[in-house]
Amino acid sequence: MKKQLQRILFMLMVFSVTIALYGCTGGKEGEGDITESLPESNTAQNEPKKGGSIVVGIQQDLDSLDPHMIEAAGTSEVLFNIFEGLVKPDENGELVPAVASGYKISEDGTTYTFTLREGVKFHNGQPVTIEDVIYSIQRCAGRLEGQTEPLVSAYSVITEVNQVDEKTVELVLEQGNTELIGYLTAAIIPKDYTEQNTNPVGTGPFRFVSYSPQHAFVMEANEEYWGGAPYLDKVEFRIVANTDSAMLGLKSGSIDIYPYLTSDQAAELSSQMNILSGPANIVQALFLNNQVEPFQDIRVRQALCYAVNVQEIMDMIADGYGTKIGTGMFSAFHQYYREDLKDYYQTDIVKAKELLTEAGYPNGFEMTITVPSNYQFHIDTAQVLVEQLKQVGIMAKIELIEWASWLTEVYRGRNYQSTVVGLDAELAPKALMGRYQSDSTKNFVNFSDKEYDEVLIQAVNSIDMQEKIETYQRLQEILTEQAASVYLQDPAKLVAMNKELAGFVFYPVYVLDMSKVYFKAE
Amino acid sequence: MKFMIKKIITLVITLFFISIAAFLAFQIIPGDPVLSLLGMEATEGQIEAMREQLGLNEPLLVRYGNWILGLLKGDFGLSYHYQIPVANLLKDKFPVTFALAGLTILFMFLSAFPIGLFYARFAEKKIGRVFQIINQTVMAIPSFFLGIIITLIFGLLLKWFTPGKYISYTESLTGFFGYLIAPAAAIAIPKTAMIVKFLQNSVLAQRQNDYVRTAFSKGNTENRVLYVHILKNACIPVVTILGMMIAEIMAGSIVVEQVFGLPGLGRLLVASIEARDYPVVQVIVIYIAATVVIVNGIVDILYRFLDPRIRVEA
Repeated sequence: MKKQLQRILFMLMVFSVTIALYGCTGGKEGEGDITESLPESNTAQNEPKKGGSIVVGIQQDLDSLDPHMIEAAGTSEVLFNIFEGLVKPDENGELVPAVASGYKISEDGTTYTFTLREGVKFHNGQPVTIEDVIYSIQRCAGRLEGQTEPLVSAYSVITEVNQVDEKTVELVLEQGNTELIGYLTAAIIPKDYTEQNTNPVGTGPFRFVSYSPQHAFVMEANEEYWGGAPYLDKVEFRIVANTDSAMLGLKSGSIDIYPYLTSDQAAELSSQMNILSGPANIVQALFLNNQVEPFQDIRVRQALCYAVNVQEIMDMIADGYGTKIGTGMFSAFHQYYREDLKDYYQTDIVKAKELLTEAGYPNGFEMTITVPSNYQFHIDTAQVLVEQLKQVGIMAKIELIEWASWLTEVYRGRNYQSTVVGLDAELAPKALMGRYQSDSTKNFVNFSDKEYDEVLIQAVNSIDMQEKIETYQRLQEILTEQAASVYLQDPAKLVAMNKELAGFVFYPVYVLDMSKVYFKAE
Repeated sequence: MKFMIKKIITLVITLFFISIAAFLAFQIIPGDPVLSLLGMEATEGQIEAMREQLGLNEPLLVRYGNWILGLLKGDFGLSYHYQIPVANLLKDKFPVTFALAGLTILFMFLSAFPIGLFYARFAEKKIGRVFQIINQTVMAIPSFFLGIIITLIFGLLLKWFTPGKYISYTESLTGFFGYLIAPAAAIAIPKTAMIVKFLQNSVLAQRQNDYVRTAFSKGNTENRVLYVHILKNACIPVVTILGMMIAEIMAGSIVVEQVFGLPGLGRLLVASIEARDYPVVQVIVIYIAATVVIVNGIVDILYRFLDPRIRVEA
């Protein structure tokens, strides 16, 4: 009997040790050998095959299916496949005609003329008419009956929407503005159709099948798509509860594409799946409230810029992935972006200490970094920052806060000292630069600079391309010189994809384009 | 009858207080539902218009009144986040939570009583001691951890099911229940261990009583005494804990739903709290409270059935 008992106990121990070991294998295995694959071109053995269905894991539930009501970036990421505007962004960040076949902006920037593309059909089979286009624009501008506010705030500058003929529509603006084109990606929807929120109808390469909150959004190929039907028959976006369940899904094969991996997870999956990386297109920064002690002093802000080592942050939390930035913009803005500013503040502890002493803080000070608790990446970044700031005597502590509270307390209430988040933007430079205008409601860092405000107005109103580029570049320079915040990086987006798939394309905006993804032919 | 009426009045009063608590809680915690809805790009005008649209500009008392009146009429209100009726939102989630709860409770009943009685019978023997160690270990494992272990062993290693590949009941009923077996086991196993422990203690306590000795002295077999005489009496404390567990299971297991990717009530509750979608949260809270109160009511009735001497004060 005693022997038997011993044997059972021994079996139990072996069993539990096996489980423990099994749980530990993740993370170490294959670390660091992520193959940096770029979107593959169609080589002979990579022939796309028509058909097949896949599951794409997404982190956030959709906030609305009505394309004009979307606020969350995670939602536009998905609905990009269903809806199109007059123009849409391509993978190079250029705006290409979509529902419109072409457009013209008058020289003074006050009139936009769009020509409707021939033969575009809604998912319900109806052809897109000029009335639908006018209806959609009026709805975004908040000019339909019963509306009081524009649904897309940038549309408030539109004063008239005129039908020129059966195929042409003209938008008249209150003053010259060449940047509005970046917002005309807003969806064209059927006139007077009231069920967008439950049964969305657009013109995109995929059409809506079903949606179950907190679970899944399913779409199928639109065989009549004007740009040619997509390869895949069916795509399901599955809302995963957290990254752990996403990892289980990826390992078991129930998820084919997951675009939000950490570098550890990417390393863990690298033997089983293809790992792709591209820029996430966000401005990640340690944002400082420029109105509170001690950050109202430019010397303190600059000291922080000198104290922080961005490369070290990227090495510590993302195995070196990410692109350092030195101002409030990122490389997707091509000609506007001042890449050279990333070296404006070289890490220099001595200099940082000198600046702090000058500002009256020879022994440093205590500060709080408020971080939204749902973004592990920002939390990790803040943890490295805390250690780096210690070197110059600044004692920072991290305060985690729910996203809803972050929006209320930090973003709107501006009741904070510093915070780590990422900002994304539409493809218009004003979307990022307008935030720092002294009286902007989006100026949550309370940045205030007279020259900045003047140059910004000049930049927005400028219709000369060269002048526009120069003024926007000057704005970035001011942000860096004034150390409006400690700009860190444009993080990398790491995507896990089933090895049988190809054709995933990175965009400079927040979208997941499924129309180019395909199963490789045998 | 009088007992039933008293019970129902208690239920109504309890729910009334809970409705006030559920409503007020969200007036106090930070985080504005409108900002959560409109995000970083919102303008003052849009925020004001949305506040007006959701009726958030009404005084607190009016809002509470409207909500309660709606509830009484069977109108659960409109979800802030999804802009669809809360009832439609819950309609999809209840079948998942109910099916999971039903399966879990089934597993518990099928396993707890045989194991508990077996254990009680052999408690003094060596095999009973070994069993005690196993039982206490199992009792101490949290459901979510067990869920992860089950997923690793039966999902990834043995491939008996595909983790994360939830099949909707509208697609295939067998596939649906098949997928629910693993999460139901994850919830049921630690709870079963706890019931087994309770049952065994209770049976051992009953064994000391005079009526057991009498039963034996009348020449009854060990089995007959155990099943006919002791079991019914031993059930009384077990029913109490069982009632609490069932109420807990019916409320939806938040963590296990996340581990297995089930679109149930628990996940909706957490997501709605994060998004400050109060109409949804309030209805789920009321549902959970009602379940607890009702299940406890049933437990009280069961007491009287098991032992007619017990008089429960309503």
